[in-house]
Amino acid sequence: MSDEVLLDVRHLTKSFVADTNFFGKPTSFVQAVDDVSFQIRRGEAFGLVGESGCGKSTIGKMLVGLLTPTSGRIIFEGRDLTAMDERERRTLCTDIQLIFQDPYASLNPRMTVGDIVAEPIRTNRILPPDQVDARVDELFERVGLASYMRNRYPHEFSGGQRQRVGIARALAVNPKLIVCDEPVSALDVSVQAQVLNLLDDLKDQLGLTYLFIAHGLNVVKHVSDRVGVMYLGKLMEVAGKRDLYHEPLCPYTQALLSAIPSVDPKTRRKRIILEGDVPSPIDPPPGCRFVNRCFAREGVCEVAAPDLYEELPGHWCACHRYNAVPEERIVAVSHDLLEQAAQPTFGRTAAPGTLGYKGLA
Amino acid sequence: MIAVAKSKGAGSGSTATPTKPESLWDDVWYALRQNKAAMISLAFIVVLAIVAFVTAIAPGILPYDPYEQDLTQSFLAPSSAHWFGTDQNGRDMLCRILIGTQISLTVGISAVAISLTVGVALGAVAGYKGGRVDTVIMRCMDIMLAVPSILLAIAFMAALGRGIDKAVIAIGLVSIPEYARIVRSQILAVKESDYVAAARVIGDSDATIIFRHILPNVMPSIIVRATLGISSAILDCAALGFLGLGVQPPAAEWGDMLGRGRNYIFTAPHAMLFPGLAITLTVLAFNLLGDGIRDALDPKSRRR
Repeated sequence: MSDEVLLDVRHLTKSFVADTNFFGKPTSFVQAVDDVSFQIRRGEAFGLVGESGCGKSTIGKMLVGLLTPTSGRIIFEGRDLTAMDERERRTLCTDIQLIFQDPYASLNPRMTVGDIVAEPIRTNRILPPDQVDARVDELFERVGLASYMRNRYPHEFSGGQRQRVGIARALAVNPKLIVCDEPVSALDVSVQAQVLNLLDDLKDQLGLTYLFIAHGLNVVKHVSDRVGVMYLGKLMEVAGKRDLYHEPLCPYTQALLSAIPSVDPKTRRKRIILEGDVPSPIDPPPGCRFVNRCFAREGVCEVAAPDLYEELPGHWCACHRYNAVPEERIVAVSHDLLEQAAQPTFGRTAAPGTLGYKGLA
Repeated sequence: MIAVAKSKGAGSGSTATPTKPESLWDDVWYALRQNKAAMISLAFIVVLAIVAFVTAIAPGILPYDPYEQDLTQSFLAPSSAHWFGTDQNGRDMLCRILIGTQISLTVGISAVAISLTVGVALGAVAGYKGGRVDTVIMRCMDIMLAVPSILLAIAFMAALGRGIDKAVIAIGLVSIPEYARIVRSQILAVKESDYVAAARVIGDSDATIIFRHILPNVMPSIIVRATLGISSAILDCAALGFLGLGVQPPAAEWGDMLGRGRNYIFTAPHAMLFPGLAITLTVLAFNLLGDGIRDALDPKSRRR
């Protein structure tokens, strides 16, 4: 991993019209992505996690040009994608590719898998026509498919095999950045590991950079170098994998991590059980997005949204709790938060309602 | 033929596929060959086409002149001399049906060609572009659909004048909305699919996306509709002929013959029976072939 920034996302915002009045004028918006900024360095795997509907896939779609940002900038290798016209944007599709979530829907059922993989090469004229076949064979081999399968149709393959075809298609244009949009969430657990290992190997072999979108921290743990945690369109915490998994700062991340089941029954585990549901993303209130479920909320959380701030070197967090806390005490503060909120789930179930804000007062 | 249709795919037990076909159309043809009903229908249509072609270039091959009247011979029952009997003007029914193949096939295929081309283009643009373009195109289609199609065809005929070519245009124009609507609704479903998004991500142009990714996935319904359209165009042409707007006497047209034979149904049922059979069998053949092609085009229903 180099220090060179490959992708720089600045204040990216996307809102969808949720409702219109009689004359077609929008009256309310869904804030799918709200002022999100992060950087991905060349050769890095950046994980993006969050619950369904938190806007992580929307970010992925904006990066590959399937959606246009409402505001903000996407800077790739020093060039601003949001300022480009459509023609220029299209030439960049050889640099940024996407692996889809659902391998059953992302392959055209009327094309053979060989044609599906060959199409990006032909469309972008990456190789002369007589070399395309050899390249497709090579790609098949790289993703672990036999080249004799290339005349088959997608429905003749299993989910894992189809996802390999999707990966081969993304690799066909020699991209620099691949957006993996929950690439294993539609697969069996046994196949998930295979595909994740394949993605990991390909990254090393081809020097790829990943934006790895997932809804579970445990999947991201295997492939990512750095992880960003999203909640309701906002980026809550960004940190290196080790920091994020061992010293999570944001209360939301702490709750998420405590929910990962342990395989070791002897480990004494404490769980933070969140109350309530994710609020509607339509016209969200000011203040922190997580405020109604947070166990560490303060008065200020309801009025002002916290900015993403570098609390520790390389560890960014958006939380008012760490305001004015000196750097050497930050870890201690986060441990206190965790200690107060967490309930042991070992041997008994936590009674709902006994947790959260009341216990911290 | 109907019995055969029920036993469709009787040969499906054999899974022995010697070689894997290479192209999509090889594959489709391979699958179609397994479907007996479709193959019989195809054979029937090929025979019709040959009959139409031969009677067009060498009408002398027919034993009787299909247009020459001989009133002493009118309403003869089917016999060895006149297999299908004769009509009210003493003309041999078999010869008239054979020569009528030309008109029916020409009208059916060319009318569908007109409505298919225009309808698919309009529907594809409306479905893919959406928004105002969609609204304008589809409201025009709704206006055309609001008027009964035969009435609209009569109006077109009144404006264009009589004749078989005008009939083809009129029949073709009135069924445009059906194709446009089918194609539009299918495209609306397909264009949101992930593989269309994938095509956009790899940089395909709009035209490539429509022609390579969307239309092939819309094809089955278009093909089935088109084959049904051929039969309904044949029927529409017959209706126009019956109203005196389509073909002009003495031309032999099945629908026209059926309409005229209707007056003598109790005295000479064969004058109506045989043109009716010709229409029924032709329509049935096109429908069964359409079904067969749809099944063959659907990779999921294809056997390996």
